[in-house]
Amino acid sequence: MNKIINEFSITVGTVNGSGSSTANNTILRAIFKMGIPVSGKNLFPSNIQGLPTWYTIRANKDGFIAHNEQRDIVIAMNPNSFARDLASVTPGGAFFYADDIKQPITRTDVAIYPMPVKTIVRNDANVPSDFRDHVANMVYVGVLAQMIDMDMDKIYAALDFHFKKKQKPIDMNFNVVKAGAEWAKANLVKKDAFYLEHMNKTDGLIMADGNMAGALGAIFGGVQFVGWYPITPATSLAESLNDYLPQLRKRDDGKHTYAVVQAEDELAALGMSIGAGWSGLRSMTSTSGPGLSLMTEFAGLAYYAEVPVVIWDVQRIGPSTGLPTRTSQGDLTFTYFIGHGDSQSVVLLPGDVYECFEFGWKSFDIAERIQTPVFVLSDLDMGMNQWISKPFAYPDTPMDRGKVLLEKDLEELKGIWGRYLDKDSDGIGYRTFPGNKHPMSSYFTRGTGHDEYAKYTEEADVYLKNMDRLKKKNETAKKYVPAPVLHPVKGATVGIIAFGSTEAAILEAQAQLIKNHGVKADFLRIRAIPFTKEVDAFLKKYDQVFIVEMNRDGQMAQILMTEYPQYAPNFKTVAYGDGMPASAKWVREGILAKYEAKKAASVSKKAAPAKKAVAKKTPAKKSSAKKVIKKAATGKTVKKTSRK
Amino acid sequence: MTEALPVAGANPNVNLAGLSKNDYRGAPSTLCQGCGHNSISNQIVTALYEMNIVPEDVVKFSGIGCSSKSPTYFLNRSFGFNSLHGRMPSIATGALFGDQHLKGIGVSGDGDSASIGMGQFKHIMRRNVNLVYIVENNGVYGLTKGQFSATADKGLKLKKQGENIYMPVDICMEALVSNATFVARSFAGNPKQVKELLKAALSHDGIAVLDIISPCVTFNNQVNAYHSYTWGKDHEEPLQEISYIAPRNEIMLENEMAEGEVREVTLHDGSTVILKNLEKGYDVTSRFEALRVMEEAQQNNWMLTGLLYVDTSKPNLTTTHNLVDSPLNRLTEADLRPAPDALDRVNALMF
Repeated sequence: MNKIINEFSITVGTVNGSGSSTANNTILRAIFKMGIPVSGKNLFPSNIQGLPTWYTIRANKDGFIAHNEQRDIVIAMNPNSFARDLASVTPGGAFFYADDIKQPITRTDVAIYPMPVKTIVRNDANVPSDFRDHVANMVYVGVLAQMIDMDMDKIYAALDFHFKKKQKPIDMNFNVVKAGAEWAKANLVKKDAFYLEHMNKTDGLIMADGNMAGALGAIFGGVQFVGWYPITPATSLAESLNDYLPQLRKRDDGKHTYAVVQAEDELAALGMSIGAGWSGLRSMTSTSGPGLSLMTEFAGLAYYAEVPVVIWDVQRIGPSTGLPTRTSQGDLTFTYFIGHGDSQSVVLLPGDVYECFEFGWKSFDIAERIQTPVFVLSDLDMGMNQWISKPFAYPDTPMDRGKVLLEKDLEELKGIWGRYLDKDSDGIGYRTFPGNKHPMSSYFTRGTGHDEYAKYTEEADVYLKNMDRLKKKNETAKKYVPAPVLHPVKGATVGIIAFGSTEAAILEAQAQLIKNHGVKADFLRIRAIPFTKEVDAFLKKYDQVFIVEMNRDGQMAQILMTEYPQYAPNFKTVAYGDGMPASAKWVREGILAKYEAKKAASVSKKAAPAKKAVAKKTPAKKSSAKKVIKKAATGKTVKKTSRK
Repeated sequence: MTEALPVAGANPNVNLAGLSKNDYRGAPSTLCQGCGHNSISNQIVTALYEMNIVPEDVVKFSGIGCSSKSPTYFLNRSFGFNSLHGRMPSIATGALFGDQHLKGIGVSGDGDSASIGMGQFKHIMRRNVNLVYIVENNGVYGLTKGQFSATADKGLKLKKQGENIYMPVDICMEALVSNATFVARSFAGNPKQVKELLKAALSHDGIAVLDIISPCVTFNNQVNAYHSYTWGKDHEEPLQEISYIAPRNEIMLENEMAEGEVREVTLHDGSTVILKNLEKGYDVTSRFEALRVMEEAQQNNWMLTGLLYVDTSKPNLTTTHNLVDSPLNRLTEADLRPAPDALDRVNALMF
């Protein structure tokens, strides 16, 4: 059997609440420390204890670590999902299971490995009886380590990190890992092809989740006020602020330069944050879709009252109960147009944890510069899962506090100023904030009915002028928001547009499209709305642009159509949101289903008349891909276990 | 009663802050003639003037409604935020973190606070935000032309609405059970008491709720209605005679103290409220007593006014958060952005 090295996926099926996250994170971190590109995705239900939950780990020597549907190695610890887990193993794969689960083994095309989990734990005299369930998951870490050559020293390092160097739990867990490995060495015969080998591809990299990264970014952006309300999957962002603010903003006198207030609901969370932003603080809140719905009225007020505030939306599926623990990119149009009346918000779209950190601080600069709410749209996959990343980069620009008038500025102006006066012709006025002792410093803030000097009015022409100025701010914002990232390929004939956490899946699909289908596509990852000139330039280039996103209606496509109607006939929406993180498979199949080979060929000829057109596509494959997408659209289950 | 001691040679038209009463005024009111709210706005102006508080040290907040329009009509020189319906408390909570040395004055109404904003009303109580929270209470929605509010009495009849079939909400009771640290009720038709209570509230370092019955002359000023001038004048039962003594005038205390049945409460800034009890033994520091007298008033159909409860021992919200001495909104990048080596340490932590 040919060895398959550093190129496979592991899925662990456990009971929610059984403490498997320590075990799964240990595997993930050990592989990371072995220098192998790896990702981990927690696919969990909305439940504290009892329902089946899965954790998938993908190691890939080439760095393709997006979520994928393949289940090369499956570890079954949950009797309730046992049959489903066994059925899901890719042919030729491996199936490990806790041998106290007595259920029929129905597969002959996979390697089967029973594990005496309970016996091993019970035989360990150092594990107190009430800790047995906690450490039972470490048995599969050990058995797996033995079977796929996972480095025991790296496992130790992972536990050392996880338990913050506390020797007792480290030893207790590591001993069980060792016992599992020793048992496997003595009792199991390797029948599968999967192995890990050391690489050096993660040297100098870090591992973090997006919520923590966003919180840390906010701290390095000088956050001063946080109003928040718990909601999955955004909660850990605010909790990370609570964890790290005391450490990173520690002062000798023990006093605080910030305040974090858990509000009574999302309305109050944003209300407090707007109050603080109005009052001159770097202020933020974090939430998810349902919370954002509640914040809508306030978000509209902040837009019209021109209050700087940063709002993180860690996107998830749907209102109420159902799939609140599943990822989504479903809040894009909602956020962009949030508030009643005309409004266009500044939306930042980080693509990975590195950018969560970067946009964490940059969002304050933009909010204070433009004097408007800035939304940062992350998602559950990015926010709650561990991602490999370059180390976070220290802000490369000083804080931009925007246009603020303090006492000395007002003295120079002899007290003559107008809060909403467009002095610099960029739509942005100068602001003051409470505590300014100059007698002419104050102004009265309200929603819409004010003149340039913040005096109440309901005059039509004054209102119209103000609305035009607000629109102008949107133009000005283009100078400050992050430009898109281009991933070009040589001889591209079509374009792909996407945003957020789908990047890894799209890069993998982009490579597969070239290798297996001869489709060459440039890929532009949009990082902000309003769109900058690079977006226009990209759209102009192709007569087929695939807009890939994790929702039903193609929200990015909708906004692009509104902003660039001239290119709209070229848009091909590849939108699909089932709550799973994006995979290369659905990106690839989605693109192929709508790909027009002839059109691409003619572009290719035009672009490079001397060369042969390479973009070819067999009709048979195209139609099968179409079928999959069609099935998805009608709500039927898409088969996820088949290989490519 | 007036605290500002005259200083020899001083301009009689300015207070000790060197400001005239005009410096405390706002834009002309656009509320109805005779509206109780206008009378309250006037007392706010007078109270601040007499207390020598500089307008720049005050921030005004409001929600939506007739009452919430009124902050435009006083203190032009103070910052103000006319926010959303029922959401004044959260805006004020966040804004007062900007500079913890500022005093907030929030004006809301019975619709704004007791209906749509009940949640925020109660939560700002338990946070003890440094805010004078005035509810201009008229039992009716004025700006939408005369619907019942949550404080309207059961059985109240209004022209277009018919009869109110629901029980009323009592602002002071709600405040008290939510752990407010200063609760008072007054009547817009009793400007002297309104002013004295405003002064005491302004000296209180924490949330100070003033439920001021403020008749709506257009939609709810019937002779037999609780929230009317006539009814109020006939049924007002002051709990005590109240005098506010500014901190610098402590010398005057001696005389006042000589009277019987007098209680004094020292507020955070050293000022004192002198309460001459009309009912024997009423203890303004007892929540139990406050609830009892309110219940009693309800049963007897009295409009009980005065200082119902005060607790000066609780720290306000920004104090609880242990903030630096400088206002947060004056901190600079050096105070706020951790140094590069801190990020190196963070990166090292990320496994």
